[in-house]
Amino acid sequence: MSQKKYETPLLDELEKGPFPSFVTEIKTAAAKNDSANDLLGVLEQCYRERRTHWKHGGIVGVRGYGGGVIGRYSDVPNEYPGVAHFHTVRINQTSGFFYTSKALNDICDIWDKYGSGLTNLHGSTGDLVLLGTKTDALEAIFAETSSRGWDLGGSGSAMRTPSCCVGPGRCEWSMIDTLDITYALTQEFQDELHRPAFPYKFKIKTAGCGVDCIASVARADLSLIGTWKGDIQIDQAEVKNYAAKGMNIQGEIIDMCPTGCMSLNGGEIAIDNSNCSRCMHCIAKMTKALRPGKEHGATIMVGSKAPFVIGALLSHVIVPFMPLEPPYDNLKDLIRKMWEWWDEHGKNRERIGELIVRRGMREFLEFLELDPIPQMVFEPRRDPFYFWTEDELNK
Amino acid sequence: MADLPQRQTDIGPPHYMQFLPPVAQKNYGQWKYHEQLSGGSMVHVAESGDKLWTVRAASPRLISTDFIRGLTALADKYCGGHLRFTTRHNVEFLVSDESNLKPLMDELKQKNYMVGGIGDGISNIVHTQGWVHCHSAATDASGLVKVLMDEFADYFTGTKTLPARVRFAVACCTNMCGAVHCSDIAVVGIHRKPPTIVHEDVKRACEVPSTIGSCPTGAISPDPANKSVKIKEEKCMYCGNCYSVCPAMPISDPDNDGVAIVAGGKIGSLRSNPKFSKLVIPYLPNNTPKWPEVVAAFRTILTAYENGARKHERLGEWIDRVGWEKFFSLTGLPFTHQHIDDFTIARETYRTSAAFKW
Ligand code: HEM
Ligand code: HEM
Ligand code: SF4
Ligand code: SF4
Ligand code: SF4
Ligand code: SF4
Repeated sequence: MSQKKYETPLLDELEKGPFPSFVTEIKTAAAKNDSANDLLGVLEQCYRERRTHWKHGGIVGVRGYGGGVIGRYSDVPNEYPGVAHFHTVRINQTSGFFYTSKALNDICDIWDKYGSGLTNLHGSTGDLVLLGTKTDALEAIFAETSSRGWDLGGSGSAMRTPSCCVGPGRCEWSMIDTLDITYALTQEFQDELHRPAFPYKFKIKTAGCGVDCIASVARADLSLIGTWKGDIQIDQAEVKNYAAKGMNIQGEIIDMCPTGCMSLNGGEIAIDNSNCSRCMHCIAKMTKALRPGKEHGATIMVGSKAPFVIGALLSHVIVPFMPLEPPYDNLKDLIRKMWEWWDEHGKNRERIGELIVRRGMREFLEFLELDPIPQMVFEPRRDPFYFWTEDELNK
Repeated sequence: MADLPQRQTDIGPPHYMQFLPPVAQKNYGQWKYHEQLSGGSMVHVAESGDKLWTVRAASPRLISTDFIRGLTALADKYCGGHLRFTTRHNVEFLVSDESNLKPLMDELKQKNYMVGGIGDGISNIVHTQGWVHCHSAATDASGLVKVLMDEFADYFTGTKTLPARVRFAVACCTNMCGAVHCSDIAVVGIHRKPPTIVHEDVKRACEVPSTIGSCPTGAISPDPANKSVKIKEEKCMYCGNCYSVCPAMPISDPDNDGVAIVAGGKIGSLRSNPKFSKLVIPYLPNNTPKWPEVVAAFRTILTAYENGARKHERLGEWIDRVGWEKFFSLTGLPFTHQHIDDFTIARETYRTSAAFKW
C-alpha cells in the first residue's frame, strides 16, 4: 500500500539529543501502520498550530464492560483518516510491573495486528496502555488478550486499576506484600473495576513504606502505606562501617531526623523509638545498618486527588496501623463500607475525599465505626464552633 | 470473525509471581539491603546472600512494539527474559547472573539506550498524553519531556549528582493526570480563557442538560435566546469537561494556552511531610517544538537549589528552610498577583508574622 508521506520539520527537531525520542517511536510504528503514520501527520499539525486536534465523541467499549477503553476521535478526520478513531485500550498491568519477554511479545503481536503499534508503558494509573485503534477492532483485541490471560483496566466512574510499588519483589523496606494486596484487591473487585457504578473514580495505590514510590499519598482515593511497630533494628558494626567510609552520621542522619530522637555516642547510634515518627529518612540512608521494627502493617489513608474541583488534596490518616495478611478481609470490609457511604451520599463526580470535606470527618468515622484519635490530625481544631449529639449531652 | 479465540471476562491480571525472576521468587520479601553501583545499576542482596542486579534505562513511555521487542530481546539474552518497568516509565533489566551485567551494560551503551535514573539526580518524567491523544491538552507532554530530559541528561546518567532526588512531572492541562501537584519541579499546561461557544453547532451537536451537568463548577447555564448555553466566565476553571460532552465548545486557543511552572512538592515522608508543589511561574508560551523558556526556567530553579541546598535536602525542604521570599530573590523570578492564592483555602498561605527576610 502506498502511504502518505508527511513532512515533519518541527517533530524532527525532537529526534535529536540523548533521551530516547517519542517521535522516532511514532515513525517506527508509522513505517508499518497507517494510523501511526496519520498520528505523525496530525501531531506535526498540532506542533505547527500549537493546539490539540482531538475530541471526545461518545463512549466505546467491549461487550459486558463499562470501561477499559477511552474513546478518542480526531477533529480533522478527513485529513487524517487513520486517526479518525484512535481509541486507547487499558490492559490491567501486572503487580509491580513485572513481565517476561514472552508475555510482552504476545501483546506486541496482538497490537501489531489490531492497533497502531504504539503503546504507553505505562499510563500513570498503572495500566499497560495500547494507544490507538478503531471501534470495530475492540472485540477482537479483547478476545485475543483475555484468552491469553489478560484483562482490561478501569476507566470512568469505577474502581480504577489498583497499582503498587515493587515491594517484596525486590525491596528490603517493604513492610506489606504490596504485590499480593494489589492482586487480591483487583481480583476481589472485578465488578467494581469493569462496570462503573460509583459517583466517580476510585483509585487504590499500595506502597511498602513511607518512601512511597507509587505516589499513593498524592494520587489515590485509598492509600495503603507500609509501616512498623517496635524498635528500629540497629547493626552497630554497620554503623561504624558507614562512618569509616566517610559518612557524616551526625550531619546527614542524626541532625536530619525530624523528631530529634536519634543520638550518636561513641560511634554508636541510639534511638528513642517512642519519639520516632517512622519517616524512613535514617533507614533509607543507612540501609545496611538500620532496619524497621519487626511488627509490620499499613497506615490506611484516604482522599487524595488533583486540584479539580475544590483544590488538590493529599490523603489523610484514618487507620494508623492495620495488619495486612491474606485474605485481607479486614481491608476488604473497610473498603466496602467506605464505598457504601460514598455511594449513598456522593454527588455525581464527587471524589470520596471531597465528600469527607463536605459532610465532615465525624460522619465518615462513625459510619466506619472508627474512634477519633490524635494520629488522624496534625492539630485539633482552632475554633469553638462544634456540635454535640443528644447522646453526648446526656452522658 | 469466526477465528477469534474464546473471550473471558473478569479474570483480572495474570498472577505476578510467574513474572518474577527465580531469585526474586526464592527471596520474596527476604531482601536485606541494596547498593547503588552506578547511575543506572544497583544490586539487591537477600538474607540468604543471593543477589539480584538491576540495570535501569530511560524510555520515552510512548513506545512502539518494536521498541518493546528490542527490550525483550535484551532481557532474553541477559536476564532469562525478566524485566520490569518503574512508576516513572523507566525499564529495568533484572539480572540474576553477575557475569551478564557488564555485557548487558555494554550492549545498552552501544545501542544508545540512556542508562541511569538511580540515586540523587533526575529520573524520568511522569507525564500524560498531550497533543498525542487528549482533547483537553493545553500543551504537549512528550515534547516537553524530551527537551527537559535532553537538557538534564547528565543528572539522569549519574555524570552529575544533586543534593537529593529531584522529581519532574508534566501534565498537559490542569486536570493534572500524573502527580504534578507533588513534584520537585513540574510543568502544567494551562488554558487562560473559557471555551468559545459556537452557538449554531451547540444546537446541532450538543444536549444542553448534559452540557450544563458536565461543568464541575456550575459555570454553564442555558441561553434560551440562542437555543444554546452560556458560561459565567469568573466561575470557569478551564477544565475542558464541557468540551468532552459538547464538541461545539472548543477550549484550545494557541495564543493564550501555555504552561505554568510549579515547584517544591514531594511525596515521601522522609524528614518532612509530603508537600504540594507551589506556583513559581504563572505562564510561559508554547514555543514549539523546544519550549526554550521552560527549559531555561527549570535550569534557573535547579541551579539555585544546587547552590543552596544541604545534602539530602529536597527542593521543597530547601525552600521551606530559606523561605519563599528568599527563593524568589535567589532565582530572580518575578512575583505577581497570580502567585497569591485566591482559591478555596487561600488565606492559610498569607503571612501572619512580621518576621521574614528581605
Ligand atoms: C476531579 C478530578 C478528576 C477528573 C475529572 C478525572 C478525570 C479523568 C478522566 C476523564 C480520565 C480518563 C478517562 C477515563 O479513564 O475515564 C482520567 C484518567 C486518569 N486519572 Fe483522572 N481525573 C481526576 C482526578 C484524578 C486524580 C486525583 C488522579 C490521581 C491522583 C487521577 C488519575 C488518573 C489516572 C492515573 C488516569 C489514567 C488511568 C490510566 O492510565 O489508565 N485522576 N481521569
Ligand atoms: C478533572 C480532572 C481530570 C480530567 C478531566 C481528566 C481527563 C483525562 C482524559 C480525558 C484522559 C484521556 C487522555 C487520553 O486521551 O488518553 C486522561 C488520561 C489520564 N489521566 Fe486524567 N483527568 C483528570 C485528572 C487526572 C488526574 C488528577 C490524574 C492523575 C493524578 C490523571 C491521570 C491520568 C492518566 C494517568 C491518564 C492516562 C494517560 C496517561 O497516562 O497519560 N487524570 N485524563
Ligand atoms: S515504597 Fe518503600 S517498599 Fe515500596 S519500593 Fe519504594 S522504598 Fe521500597
Ligand atoms: S525514621 Fe525518621 S523519625 Fe524515626 S529515627 Fe529515623 S529519621 Fe528519626
Ligand atoms: S492532563 Fe489534561 S490534557 Fe493531559 S491527559 Fe490528562 S486530561 Fe488530558
Ligand atoms: S471549561 Fe470546565 S469549568 Fe469551564 S465551563 Fe467548561 S466545564 Fe465548566
